Amino acid sequence: MHETLSNLPLLSGLPAQVLVVLAMVSAGGIILGCIAVGGMFFIWSERKVAGYIQSRYGPMYVGGWHGVLQSLADGVKLLLKEDIWPEKADKPLWRMAPLLVFLGAFLSFVVLPFGPNFVGANLDIGLFYVMATSSLVVMGVISAGWGSNNKWALYGALRGAAQVISYEIPLGLALLPVVMSTGSLNLGTIIQAQAGWIHNWHLLNPLFFVSFWIYVISSLAEVNRVPFDLPETESELVSGYHTEYTGMKFAFFFLGEYADMFVVSAIGVTVFLGGWYSGIPALDVPALFPLIFILKSFFLVFVQIWLRWTLPRLRVDQLMYVCWKVFIPIALANLLLYGVIRTVLS
Amino acid sequence: MNAYIPILLVVSIAVVFTLLFVVLSRVLGPSHRTPGKLTAYECGIPSRGTTNLKFYVRFYVVALLFLLFDLETVFLVPWAVSFRSFVERGMGGQMFVAMLVFFGLLVVGLIYEWRKGALEWE
Repeated sequence: MHETLSNLPLLSGLPAQVLVVLAMVSAGGIILGCIAVGGMFFIWSERKVAGYIQSRYGPMYVGGWHGVLQSLADGVKLLLKEDIWPEKADKPLWRMAPLLVFLGAFLSFVVLPFGPNFVGANLDIGLFYVMATSSLVVMGVISAGWGSNNKWALYGALRGAAQVISYEIPLGLALLPVVMSTGSLNLGTIIQAQAGWIHNWHLLNPLFFVSFWIYVISSLAEVNRVPFDLPETESELVSGYHTEYTGMKFAFFFLGEYADMFVVSAIGVTVFLGGWYSGIPALDVPALFPLIFILKSFFLVFVQIWLRWTLPRLRVDQLMYVCWKVFIPIALANLLLYGVIRTVLS
Repeated sequence: MNAYIPILLVVSIAVVFTLLFVVLSRVLGPSHRTPGKLTAYECGIPSRGTTNLKFYVRFYVVALLFLLFDLETVFLVPWAVSFRSFVERGMGGQMFVAMLVFFGLLVVGLIYEWRKGALEWE
């Protein structure tokens, strides 16, 4: 990034340190722009998909073509709304919560590999880092629920925390066979192991097939999407942990949720769906890599939206049953089986 | 170490961005604070009692179980990373058997919790 900047005629006179800082600031700005624009796009597409599933159009007016600017208008509206804080709220916790939720999503974006040289921070422990930052969201949920001093918010936060921490275990266990196969936690290395024709994708390897499905289902629970949206069950808990938030603070919860959807999809694409490779060697030109990666991730986001408007919600006991008594044993058995097969084959 | 500098920078950008917009909305938005708005929203009915409610003990049990299992998963990660190189050196068998001991403890723990009823939600 900073080599590109130093080649610009306007900036060539500047010292190297300034250029590095400039490069990082612009990279941060790009990520921020991606989250804001991407989040708005997902909110719009969620409303459109919901509309078409329910035989209506969804937003149609703002922005001309199919209401594309609806989310932008909503964002401006939220910015101009009154910022109400409940009298009994625990102020520091209550104010910190939207920031933590947003930060959790934002931090994961830094390591997403959009292309071989198109990654914010190329960490050797990328996968581990994403698992760690995605659990930062739990802190936000808990501090929102506790800080609001509202019974519904507290119940929503407790459910949310129990759910997210439970599903983190099958999620981590499902990713381990892939780590064992590639011998690295670096997201770029994991993608490079899937280069070439489509049958190299980990999804199409029978050994990782179970892992993929456990990952997809657990990731729905991680981002509190239907059928696992118990923290915000609007029919019983008003809106769950973000009941007391208005205006911009609410917007950050919302944006964080949609950014998180993209992050879990992108990690799914990286680990199982060949990352930036198209599956056809002739199409794998570096210029297309980011496009392919983003399209695949959008497809998984679309699947999440599709499921939301198709499936009913689970009960809390069913949710815990599925996690502890179905997914964790299957994930452990899957890990063991992979180890046995690899050991025997060698 | 240099790889982590962008993360630090991105964190600070995110913090500045969120704070900026929250302050901006406070400046731009109206402010008519009435007593009704300041109470907790519990479906429009006046809030009764405190929020320091007793909640279901299962939430606490799940948090404890998570702590154990997540730690155990973390111990599996370095093993998983080095597994491939051991297989390539023909030492996959030993490596796997060594891990089976730890893995067995994990499974025994899960069976124990299951039989004890720690995983039952009513």
